[in-house]
Amino acid sequence: MTTALSITKNIHDWLFSTMPEGVASIVEMTLIALVYLGIFSVAGLFLVLMERRVAAWFQLRIGPNRVGFQGLLQTMADALKLLSKELTGTVKADKFLYNLAPYFVIISSLMALAVIPFTKDFHAFDINIGIFFLIAISSIGVIGILLGGWSSNNKFALIGAMRSGVQTISYELSIGLSLLTMVLITETLQLSEIVEVQKNGWLIVQGHIPAIIAFMIFMIAGTAETNRAPFDMAEAESELGAGFHTEYSGMKFAYFFLAEFINMFIIAAIAATVFFGGWLSPFGITESIPLLGVFWFLAKTLTLVFLMMWFRWTFPRLRVDQLLTLEWKYLLPINLVNIVIMAAVVWLNLTINF
Amino acid sequence: MSYFSDIYNGIKTLLTGMRVTGKYFLTSRKGAITQQYPDNRETLKMFDRFRGEVIMPHDEENQHRCTGCQKCEIACPNGTIEIIWDRGIDEETGKKKKKIDQFVYHLSMCTMCGLCIDVCPTDAIEWGQNFENSVYDRAALTRVLNEPGSKLMPGVED
Repeated sequence: MTTALSITKNIHDWLFSTMPEGVASIVEMTLIALVYLGIFSVAGLFLVLMERRVAAWFQLRIGPNRVGFQGLLQTMADALKLLSKELTGTVKADKFLYNLAPYFVIISSLMALAVIPFTKDFHAFDINIGIFFLIAISSIGVIGILLGGWSSNNKFALIGAMRSGVQTISYELSIGLSLLTMVLITETLQLSEIVEVQKNGWLIVQGHIPAIIAFMIFMIAGTAETNRAPFDMAEAESELGAGFHTEYSGMKFAYFFLAEFINMFIIAAIAATVFFGGWLSPFGITESIPLLGVFWFLAKTLTLVFLMMWFRWTFPRLRVDQLLTLEWKYLLPINLVNIVIMAAVVWLNLTINF
Repeated sequence: MSYFSDIYNGIKTLLTGMRVTGKYFLTSRKGAITQQYPDNRETLKMFDRFRGEVIMPHDEENQHRCTGCQKCEIACPNGTIEIIWDRGIDEETGKKKKKIDQFVYHLSMCTMCGLCIDVCPTDAIEWGQNFENSVYDRAALTRVLNEPGSKLMPGVED
């Protein structure tokens, strides 16, 4: 136990010694929620900045570097500006749903963040159906997008939302099936145990060929799931205005925007946890210091986030029909065959273990 | 069997694209096109093709190449160029000869079309690379391109 982790234990003990049990657990939950909200906003702002700098470097530009050291405070300033802006709305909008939609999107991505293990014991909610929970939660986010498009009473927003719905529901299958392929090796859905299994080698090494195929499918489907380019059907500036969030302004727009980046982080975090050993260090070089797990976890996740940004600034966009062709004619059959291969690999004990 | 070759070609071409952009990403620090303008004002040099303004180069003896033929004035679609000319006595032959008094250039009316420079038979005027043209008074944009006391370079008319 390192100091940082024992601090949380001390706070836990102190809370339960000074208050009755019910109050103490509520206070503890609130504290954890606040910490996660902090992580959420900081990570979102950092990811927006990272996206802008990386995009600039891909396009031989420099990117924001004026506010703060190397532009570190740029997105903070943008968020403050968005906070101070007026929240406009349309007259004929369905006011209740219109106001509800951003919270659907942001709450679903926050809930997904809760089950991700940052390091050993730094894990807000370690349920035994972790992966199932993640798949289920990540498909709730699309309800917020659909609500936003529907309730703003705008044709273009509705078309954008419908496209997003089609896309997310289709690619949900690939995400689920590619994760299921890996569950065949781990034999558990609990994320902490999935990481434990990988102490004998990361799953992408253990499962070799089918694992690599599953990883590629997961990254493609994950990019589509977060509505990012090259799958950004929901936000087609030339066809639909801004897409499903055309009628949103100020902080409500920022919620959609932040949730998109947090979803990207979550997809990368799931990939890092399931395929690349989560907080485990390569070859166990820093196994004695659990706190460094956060570093390894973030390093792996940000590498995968960078990969998704690389996709975004390289590949041309797909049409809607091409998008569905890719999912139903290519990814899904490959995925089903891949599961059979993986089952055979596990059954014949062909996995690579160190 | 085109199904599998489609997948293979798809992955191959995508990786080719990623290699290209990856190369750009790695070299972007040196090859960035962005100029951080007010910071590098001292070292910023505009490229040769840049059309900033029309200038008339003079040599060390304060001589220009303009004969006062007024072709540029006729070519200009906006009336940007106004040549005020005069007749002077040529020292060699003793005859009367046309020469320019003032080459007036209204930068505020210029569209940088370049017709005057294309049409000039003696290459007397050319593009300058200055781009900081904002002034507080419009009159400052009316310029006389030939320097006071300058005269025609000998041999240009031959």
